[in-house]
Amino acid sequence: MSTEAPTPTSAKETLAGAHHMPGKESADRRQVTQGRWAYTLILPTLVLLGVVIVYPIVNAIIMSFQKDSGLDPATGFFTEGGFAGFDNYTHWLLQQCGSGPALGPCPPGTLGAQFWDAMSTTFFFTIVTVALETVLGFWMAVIMSRTFRGRALVRASVLVPWAIPTAVTAKLFFFMFAFEGIVNTLFGSQILWTGSEWPAKWAIIISDVWKTTPFMALLILAGLQLIPDEVYEAAKVDGATAWQRFTQITLPLVKPALMVAILFRTLDVLRMYDLPAIMTGGANNTTTLSILVVDQIRQGLNNASALSTITFIVIFLVAFIFVRFLGANAVDAATTGKK
Amino acid sequence: MKTRKYLLPAAVAGVLAISLSACGGGGGGGGTQSGGGDAGANLEGRGPITYVTGKDNAAVQQPTVDRWNAAHPDQKVTLKEQTDKADQQHDDLVQHFQSKDPGYDLVTVDVVWTAEFAAKGWLQPLKDKMAVDTSALLPATVKAATYNNTLFAVPVHSDGGMLYYRKDLVPTPPKTWDEMMSMCSIAKTNKIGCYAGQFQKYEGLTVNAAEAINTFGGKIVDDAGKATVNSAEAKDGLGKLVEAYKAGNIPTEGITFQEEQGRQAFEDGKLLFLRNWPYVYNLAKTDGSSKVKDTFAVAPLPGKDGPGASSLGGHSAAVSVYSKYKATALDFAKFLTEDEQQKFFALKGSLAPVKANIYTDAEIVAKAPYMPTLLTSIQNAVPRPVTPFYPGVTKAIQDNAYSAMKGEKSVDQAIADMQAAIDAAK
Repeated sequence: MSTEAPTPTSAKETLAGAHHMPGKESADRRQVTQGRWAYTLILPTLVLLGVVIVYPIVNAIIMSFQKDSGLDPATGFFTEGGFAGFDNYTHWLLQQCGSGPALGPCPPGTLGAQFWDAMSTTFFFTIVTVALETVLGFWMAVIMSRTFRGRALVRASVLVPWAIPTAVTAKLFFFMFAFEGIVNTLFGSQILWTGSEWPAKWAIIISDVWKTTPFMALLILAGLQLIPDEVYEAAKVDGATAWQRFTQITLPLVKPALMVAILFRTLDVLRMYDLPAIMTGGANNTTTLSILVVDQIRQGLNNASALSTITFIVIFLVAFIFVRFLGANAVDAATTGKK
Repeated sequence: MKTRKYLLPAAVAGVLAISLSACGGGGGGGGTQSGGGDAGANLEGRGPITYVTGKDNAAVQQPTVDRWNAAHPDQKVTLKEQTDKADQQHDDLVQHFQSKDPGYDLVTVDVVWTAEFAAKGWLQPLKDKMAVDTSALLPATVKAATYNNTLFAVPVHSDGGMLYYRKDLVPTPPKTWDEMMSMCSIAKTNKIGCYAGQFQKYEGLTVNAAEAINTFGGKIVDDAGKATVNSAEAKDGLGKLVEAYKAGNIPTEGITFQEEQGRQAFEDGKLLFLRNWPYVYNLAKTDGSSKVKDTFAVAPLPGKDGPGASSLGGHSAAVSVYSKYKATALDFAKFLTEDEQQKFFALKGSLAPVKANIYTDAEIVAKAPYMPTLLTSIQNAVPRPVTPFYPGVTKAIQDNAYSAMKGEKSVDQAIADMQAAIDAAK
């Protein structure tokens, strides 16, 4: 008895302890107060976000359902536009210009007629530049991750193009691609780089790749450095070739960092404005969605709000696809980084 | 871990939202505003005012203001300078008008903004008590400041295009467009380009295309702002530019030229004829790198059978409807057009006057020999379309003229599209 007795008692005690009502209550209360504290501490941030993000977005969306002010033919003054329904959206998506009985397809020379061109130009730039930057960036990252004399110098100098403000880059390349600029002189060519469609597109792509490949390289380099040397050594011992080591070890292990880098760049290019705006002014079918938005602001703010909302949704969908289906997850990548 | 999965989309949404809000918030919800202040109020108001103008690079505005202030100590004018970028000046004015700022009493407006601001109800109509005597001013400048048969601004500075030519190669300048084209053989023998203007797709192309259309008798919009560009005359005019580019009389690279590239090519001796603004004159005479210092001269733009119809540039001064001291503002605007000020602007700032008599003033001609030529240009000038929808109209002109010059569509198609696009710009 004496030997058996303590065991159930202690077991009962432990059980009772676990379910002890006062104990649970205090834990709950602690959690509640903690939660309250957390909210109090987060509140200023939420308010700030509300003021600088939520309010303008909601405002832009509300504006996108308003008509732009029209001219009263009797007085020659502008009058309030009123509620527009989805007119501003159909204007862009279905190419409907004018109003009332004059409603019809947008003639060439209006911003509305440029919408789908701008959309495909934007995606063309995105796909081509991101692909080129990924390949070149990877190559640069592999070089930078090796140990050699002057590595610090190489790493620093690679960053220079990225550190130059985009507007300055654009102006530099604008001069280089001028008809009598260095590019034509060097290659003895007579190409109107900024004056015809495909050369203009490639000029912009070259500038963008030159400028942002270092950014890509740096993000990939960070991923490469997390791969322990032992893994490679083990693979070497097992007789893996350099190609096998690259495809079987480097690629899978660098994938999280790579996906984040691609995601960032994609979102960045989708809202590209400065390079084409400065180099071609959007001529020769190099108008991106952002340039179209800015042009439209001068012709009607409410319609521009609709266009920027469309742009927002497009970019959001692309980001969503990346995160959901391609596993680009900046947060997970950061946690693996800590380990 | 579950919450983490949502962190990134949320973060991405946040970043995107910032970029979106930058777009949406930029205009600050002004689009729905219309109608202005009270055009009947404060007409007699006198007191201190602010004069808003673009960046005073030539340093002529402050001395002018000082001169006024010395004579009117009780109605002091304060100068407010904006940036030197036209787009930013425009947006700055829009924002202040939208907030009904009484501190922007008298503002400088580019000739192509007058109709837009007037239709928004932001500019004081200059009639009845506020009427201005414009008989001494050049008619084109007055026309550019007039909307709906009402004057809305006082012309202060003007501007017009001139033909720069190489007098060593062409002793007598061409009077007509066809004559100029026939002289292109001279350029060919000298292995230089023949003619250039501003043909890149931007405002400069609107200026040049409008000049071609107006010169050959076309009319882009009528007085009510309706498109009237679809005419044989307009096709004729645009056709001349298209032909010249196709024939190589406008060099291939000419389609990438803005004002500066054209000036550069001309100063390098690579062009026989150049259409440009008066500012080129002093630079081509004094630039160290200029190879044509003593071998160029200016002439009026060549036309159909006489001088061509230049597009009009320049600025006017407009009284805000929100001003408390409209009488002072108007008096100061009139003061700016007085001979003394106009002469000072021309001498010190190379700004083209709005009165004919200044152009022939001996002192002015001695310093700027191009002035009589410029006068001919402005006397024949046609303002660009005076319409509240100018941004849409200029785009319609640029896009279609550019396509036509590049041969992407026929002149007939380009003009028809231009007509439709101008009408859709509402």
